[in-house]
Amino acid sequence: MKSLLTFPKGGVHPPECKAQTQGLAIETMPVPDELELILGQHIGAPCTPTVAKRADVGEGGLIGEVTKGLGVPLHAPIAGKIKDIGMSVHPIRVSAPSITIAVDREAQPVQYEKQNWQQLDSAQLLAKVHEAGIIGIGGAGFPTHVKLKPPANSPVDTLILNGAECEPYITADHRVMLEQAASVVEGARIILKILGIKKCFIGIESNKPDAIAEMTKTAEQASSPDCTIKVEALQVKYPQGSEKQLIQAVTGRKVPAGALPSAVGVVVQNVGTAKAIFDAVVYGKPLYEKVVTISGKGIGRPANLQVKIGTKLKDIVDYLGGLQPGLSKIIMGGPMMGFAVSSLEVPVTKTTSAVLFLTEDEIDTRPHGQCIRCGWCLEACPMGLEPKEIAIYVEARRAEDTAQFGVFDCFECGSCSYVCPAKRPLVQFVRLAKMKAKRPQ
Amino acid sequence: MSKQQETDDQAVSPVGRWKVSLSPHLKSNESVEKIMWTVVACLVPPLVLSVFIFGIQTLFITAVSVISCVIVEAVSQKALGRRVTIKDGSAVLTGMLMAFVIPPGVSPLLPILAAIFAIYIGKHLLGGIGYNFFNPALLGRAFLLASFPVAMTSAWLPPVQDFAIFSYLGTQVDAVATATPLAVMKEHGMAAFTQTFGSGASLYSSFFLGWRPGCIGETSGFLLVLGGLYLMYRGYITWHIPVSLLGTIALLSWIFGGEGYFAGDPLLALLSGGALLGAFYMATDYVTSPSNKISQIVFGIGIGALTVLIRLKGGYPEGICYAILLMNPLSTVLDSFFKPQRFAPPVGGAK
Repeated sequence: MKSLLTFPKGGVHPPECKAQTQGLAIETMPVPDELELILGQHIGAPCTPTVAKRADVGEGGLIGEVTKGLGVPLHAPIAGKIKDIGMSVHPIRVSAPSITIAVDREAQPVQYEKQNWQQLDSAQLLAKVHEAGIIGIGGAGFPTHVKLKPPANSPVDTLILNGAECEPYITADHRVMLEQAASVVEGARIILKILGIKKCFIGIESNKPDAIAEMTKTAEQASSPDCTIKVEALQVKYPQGSEKQLIQAVTGRKVPAGALPSAVGVVVQNVGTAKAIFDAVVYGKPLYEKVVTISGKGIGRPANLQVKIGTKLKDIVDYLGGLQPGLSKIIMGGPMMGFAVSSLEVPVTKTTSAVLFLTEDEIDTRPHGQCIRCGWCLEACPMGLEPKEIAIYVEARRAEDTAQFGVFDCFECGSCSYVCPAKRPLVQFVRLAKMKAKRPQ
Repeated sequence: MSKQQETDDQAVSPVGRWKVSLSPHLKSNESVEKIMWTVVACLVPPLVLSVFIFGIQTLFITAVSVISCVIVEAVSQKALGRRVTIKDGSAVLTGMLMAFVIPPGVSPLLPILAAIFAIYIGKHLLGGIGYNFFNPALLGRAFLLASFPVAMTSAWLPPVQDFAIFSYLGTQVDAVATATPLAVMKEHGMAAFTQTFGSGASLYSSFFLGWRPGCIGETSGFLLVLGGLYLMYRGYITWHIPVSLLGTIALLSWIFGGEGYFAGDPLLALLSGGALLGAFYMATDYVTSPSNKISQIVFGIGIGALTVLIRLKGGYPEGICYAILLMNPLSTVLDSFFKPQRFAPPVGGAK
């Protein structure tokens, strides 16, 4: 057997915890009475509402757009009436401007017609991706149409679809690859056409053998001499799905510090994003729903749920049988990089990949101690940094001196904190360091 | 409100009292406590064996050392207004290691004084766990060696015969005291050494099992190596420091340790003195050793070279204690010199 691809330096093996949901087929959640759409779902400028209060909107209708700066439009996930343009609870920014839609129960669901995309050129396809409001839905939320238009001075030759899904608990991409393999692969072909290149790899961690088999079969059928799509099985190691680590595992290329993947001729897209591109280009359907893994011992019933963007956590909790005793922490995203939230009023956004309801025994709440300089964080760091030094500098109120340790290379995967025997919140120290240190020019 | 009520309440309340903290929310189940207690557990077999080699008073000295270290730790932390962390096992480990490097015939008062020096001055006044730059156990030994040079260099006991573990109780140490192999070799030469301890396979095997004069815990090479290998298996220590350290001692002892060059006995050099205890348990102390693998190798080579230098040319028969103490403060220097390799430098060179 061919040895599995991976990145050579660092990484950790947290418990996978995927058994709860990996066998569950994607289930469409009934639309709740009300949706709350945060206007700034992506990296860049937030949307400006294009609708007024009390206006009627149709399913897929435009409700917000970015007029100046980086961004993508926002669409109504369902027909209804604009109930309010106000503020929502936000997991990171505490509160954020949003549009509330009261769902119209009478409206018929929109039927999207299949369109032929083969004769469209690259620019037309790109425009469709932009109009559909697609962003990197794996978590980063970077506008996809910008990512698919790499700078002219760095020619791209390889597309990598990220199906690693290395975060524990999450199985949304796994199910999408298994159940919608044809759409994902077709999405990859569309991206290849937009980029004008011929080579695509799909990286999947080897703990999803059924998805690897299904995707391999579909990719082989879709491949032709002028378009090769190849599935690569990856070692199960966190953070295998990090962009730089994935590129290194699959192509052996190293993205320089501070540079974009296009600097080494690669564009990476999440498999879910490829599916969204397929929907946008083939059916003309904007991005307004997505598959989210709901898991953990603190929820009545775990599921891979297809939800409308803007669905509040409390509606998901009601649908899945309520909270369970012992619930200790609610996390949006994976347990390694996700955000803990304190309210069920938080709505799902385009970048929510999971909502985890974890009980006391699933998380770690031990207090942290002083650094004993064991050096385990040095071994764990996939970027070759010294988290312990950064943390000690921050504790000594010298955060501004941490640029020398490459603090800006850190993408906050949390491997260092995970292994730290003193339970030190190293990611938190790094974030503080990044605020104070001066970014090297 | 009872705990049960609280959880029930939390389960139904829409705005809960859930924990919020920064990612990652999962942590490995390793902890400082677990590491320290595991190392302590690895030191129990050599301690038990020491009872059968030097008699029951080794247990007494070790107990005094451990208890005084724990008490001094608690009192120091209280006095300095810090969280008392005696449960993490680090003071217990220091106490055990400190007892392991003192002769079995000393007065039990000595470890009490050493504990005060090592834990209060050597550890807590420097900032507590993680900030001490000298190995506390060895600091304690060095303190005793400077303060009680006679006891610390002469209270050696010959191994007891036929498991007579109570035979040294109540006897005057002077009446039974002997000399350590390294001292015999240093002061009287190889011929006297062979006469006292024998030679060949029986010499190696008795030294490897621990039946020779020496400090309480340093003699049973077999059990020390076994424990060290277990710590490696658990991932608590890596090969870098022990291998580079012992390799250097063996190599330099072979080259310079005999009459003329390349005539030394590398195996004997490893089995005598505190080489094995130092290599697996002292030099690998996280706090006082480098974190980077390359620095660890340099660190180990440095200790090995200094050990041989002191053994052959210095005033003491054994040098590993001072060798480690001399290299300890260089740990951070080595770490800042040998940086880990960053993932990829920015275009146009570093920074």
